Amino acid sequence: MNAELTSTLDSRVLALADDELILAHRDSEWTGHAPMIEEDIALANIAQDELGHATLWYDILCDLRGQPDEHADQLVYFRDAADWRNAQLLELPIGDWAFTMLRQFLFDQFEWVLLPALAKSSHIAVAQAAAKVLREEIYHTRHSTAWVRRLGQGTAESHRRMQTALDVQWPLASQLFVPMLGDAALVAAGIWPDMAPLQQQWLAKVSEMLAECGLVAPATAATRISRHTHTEHLVNLLADMQSVARLDPQADW
Amino acid sequence: MTQATDITLKLAEFETRIARGEKIEPGDWMPDDYRKQLIRMISQHAHSEIVGMLPEGNYITRAPSLRRKMVLIAKVQDEGGHGQYLYHAAETLGISRDEMEQALLAGKAKYSSIFNYPTLNWADIGIIGWLVDGAAIKNQTMLAHCSYGPYSRAMVRICAEETFHQRQGKEMIVKYAQGTSNQRQMAQDALNRWWGPVLMMFGPHDSDSPNSEVLIRWGVKTQSNDTVRQLFLDEVVPELMAIGVQIPDPQLRFDAESKHWKHGPIDWAHFWQVVKGNGPMNKERLAARNQAHDNGAWVRDAVTAYASRK
Repeated sequence: MNAELTSTLDSRVLALADDELILAHRDSEWTGHAPMIEEDIALANIAQDELGHATLWYDILCDLRGQPDEHADQLVYFRDAADWRNAQLLELPIGDWAFTMLRQFLFDQFEWVLLPALAKSSHIAVAQAAAKVLREEIYHTRHSTAWVRRLGQGTAESHRRMQTALDVQWPLASQLFVPMLGDAALVAAGIWPDMAPLQQQWLAKVSEMLAECGLVAPATAATRISRHTHTEHLVNLLADMQSVARLDPQADW
Repeated sequence: MTQATDITLKLAEFETRIARGEKIEPGDWMPDDYRKQLIRMISQHAHSEIVGMLPEGNYITRAPSLRRKMVLIAKVQDEGGHGQYLYHAAETLGISRDEMEQALLAGKAKYSSIFNYPTLNWADIGIIGWLVDGAAIKNQTMLAHCSYGPYSRAMVRICAEETFHQRQGKEMIVKYAQGTSNQRQMAQDALNRWWGPVLMMFGPHDSDSPNSEVLIRWGVKTQSNDTVRQLFLDEVVPELMAIGVQIPDPQLRFDAESKHWKHGPIDWAHFWQVVKGNGPMNKERLAARNQAHDNGAWVRDAVTAYASRK
């Protein structure tokens, strides 16, 4: 792989790792505070899976950069908001249970279209990681789909809360598919799939569920938010997440 | 046969079975007091697991490495699982999970007072794993031999997981005690605050524990509070000394005659204050549980409504 391809793949893998890490972090905030014990357990489980996936992608990044595995902790605990590449959708606070479940659903469906394509990557490590993650995503997808159905079709209140969540999240969800510099070369080399057709697949799948629940996606003009821009929620999240590690950068925790 | 002699005979048979080391199972005859004691103990234990998610959960967002974050989420998740499992064990005695949860939320049920203390630095997570879970393991190992089958089996399973919790907590503190000055200070500060409350986890001295005698005869408890506390002390004191942290008890000494570690006086007045609801975090813990429950009400309604239509 030439230097340009390596650098582009680096950006793509970093974006995916950051997506997983930030979502894991948000999901883990429910532990001990969920609407029922069963969901404390389920969401803690999903958070661990997403954290595991993030670690997997960070490890690939370490290899791409010729860095030891500890580099992953450096990336997570000593990087400022401006250098994170996660989608804004994932950094928003957890909100209510409807907000968390809808976000999880939109992201699970994103992975559900991305990972099978990524599992065919010509880059062996990427393909293997994608296949591994995909196996666990089956359970996440099942969980979040069941919740979108229950809440979307449960009571008038649960439906209203889902619609409110959708109004906030819908304009941000397309950022998951936003093009990144150098994509064309990665696609040509068979390393990363073309995101545009994946977005269409995602849209079809998600729209089907929204229709089943009588939820209406707000009409928004197509915006392309770069993965370089963030809300202040990420700054606050990082201030909290990195606080202990940054107390003593020399320490081995 | 009169009702009174019938009960006397049943009680004699029940006590004989326990003396033989048999387990009492859910459908078996048991004295009302036995049933009540077990409901009280198992539900308190379940509540402790659920409330116990809060102090450690407080640090999930701040765990300082990917590995620590993963381990901490898994540990707190385990506690939720233990709570769920123990509620089921209590349900075999004829009380519903809903009744138990309502009692907790209303502030009528007790849970282990140890969870009414705040977590103030990251090393608290290590101390909780090592000493709080360590103390719990000592109690639970004893309870694994208890006469009620479902509780005994729950304890065997839970102890196995708690052993992992204790190991990771100890690993943290051992590392921090030999780490940077910040880490050493954190570990010492955590030990200073948790040591006293940990010793109280085993309950009042035997001389002040009026229930113990019948509980031991019925195999609900198999060892006294002071016996279990001594086991714990003899295990952890040398381990803590070996890593160079200071145990905050100037009167702590090794008694050469009995070959046991002896602690200084325990502040029981403080213990009873915390039990009565006046500890540093009682109100916050209860408020957090109530908030989760109240915020979840519409979710549970939606689940019920959806299920009723399918």
